[in-house]
Amino acid sequence: MIQDMIAIVRDYWLLLLVGQYPNGPLGGLANTLILSALSITLAFPASILFAMARLSKSRLMRWPVTALVYFTRGVPLLMLILWSYFLVPLLTGADVPSFVTMLTTLVVYQSAFLSEVVRAGIVALGPGQMDAARALGHGYMGAMRYIILPQALYNMIPSILSTFVSTIKDTTLGYVINVPDLTFAASQVNNQLLTQPFQVFLILAIVYFIICWTLTYFANRLERRITRRRAGLLKVPTASPVTPSKIVSEQL
Amino acid sequence: MSGFDLSAILGNPEYADMLLHGIEMTFIIYAGSWLLAMMLALLLLGLRLSPFRLGDPLVAAYVSYHRNVPTLVQLMLWYFGIFTLMPSGIGNWLASHNAESIFAVIGLGLCQAAYFSEDLRSGVRSVADGQMQAARALGHGYVSAMRFVIMPQGVRNALPPLINHSVSLFKNSSLAVVIGASELTHAVKEIENLSFRTFEIYLIGTVLYLFFSLVIMSIGAYLSMRADPARSARA
Repeated sequence: MIQDMIAIVRDYWLLLLVGQYPNGPLGGLANTLILSALSITLAFPASILFAMARLSKSRLMRWPVTALVYFTRGVPLLMLILWSYFLVPLLTGADVPSFVTMLTTLVVYQSAFLSEVVRAGIVALGPGQMDAARALGHGYMGAMRYIILPQALYNMIPSILSTFVSTIKDTTLGYVINVPDLTFAASQVNNQLLTQPFQVFLILAIVYFIICWTLTYFANRLERRITRRRAGLLKVPTASPVTPSKIVSEQL
Repeated sequence: MSGFDLSAILGNPEYADMLLHGIEMTFIIYAGSWLLAMMLALLLLGLRLSPFRLGDPLVAAYVSYHRNVPTLVQLMLWYFGIFTLMPSGIGNWLASHNAESIFAVIGLGLCQAAYFSEDLRSGVRSVADGQMQAARALGHGYVSAMRFVIMPQGVRNALPPLINHSVSLFKNSSLAVVIGASELTHAVKEIENLSFRTFEIYLIGTVLYLFFSLVIMSIGAYLSMRADPARSARA
């Protein structure tokens, strides 16, 4: 059986990697990774705006975003994909490739989820940071920009990595609207071979496992590192302390 | 297509039947996989806490596999892969007994067990060490201390993530449509094909999912309120 799997990988590695790329659209693993990376890149700024809106004092800002977050949390991603599949072409009036449909859905879905992470990061900082920043003369936006977000986002790096992992896993659902990703490529291979479905889908599972496990591993390591640094246990390279004698010597 | 008209779907007995059957199958798959996941999760937790030395790495590998492989791929591996490797006797029996739904329950249940067991583990780990020592000092054996002292507190600690994961299991039950189970999403797609009332039927499907998710969330919120002694004392 392992020989069968090696033979499949040997014969179809290019299809699994890039789909039918030189002769057709980009697909396979490359497309999965591009789709995940693009959607998280687009979802990230949106999630910061959503989080700030949810923390804002104005109901007009808070309520629509809260509704959006509850909506995306309560509805299966598959349902949202079907919605986009039907709505995106209707709204744009054009024939939209399934890649774009999937990207739109993932951006909406992940920005709602990520906004909860950002919000938790901001809340975890405590109100003192904002008070201190305001006391120093920063306006609300200035305090957010220079004091709150840099700290909150730094603490969030591991969570962003985990969201990236779940985005990679979510891209598989593009299968229902024929997004040419890794899962799609594997089912194409399966359709050509017909006799070895177990081997093909096992290869698919192994590939996803390797990618996601590696990223999860880095996220966990990073999390430990950041926690230790926050607790002051890790030595951070800092500028050498300024001693009185140094000031004196510089003045001379 | 003429304007927005929900009654075109809800008023049509055929479509209403399809929807009801979809809801029924969704709940059968959900209940089946939830029970399978919870029983397996307790088993995994027991294996992890047991003195058996291989237990810990085995469970860790199980959890790692199910957390890092997309659920859809796991379902495909079960239905398109493992199903075909089964001896023909079992295969035929399954095929005549709604194999799609059975494999959806197995796939979703095994996957969710990994999440549930991690939730329970972190819940049990957050019970202070002194609790076990105190229970043993009071004359409880290991099993009885677990049963009466540690687990009740551990499960209570684990309730919030368990509720979140119960909701996501409900939403993930929609993935069963990919291997052909005739659940709610399947019914929605079928009705869309028959009626061409895309907007209306997606709206109905979405509202149904949202409604049941909110129901599960509020049952969970009620349970965790009931289970929290501090909060019920305050109330």
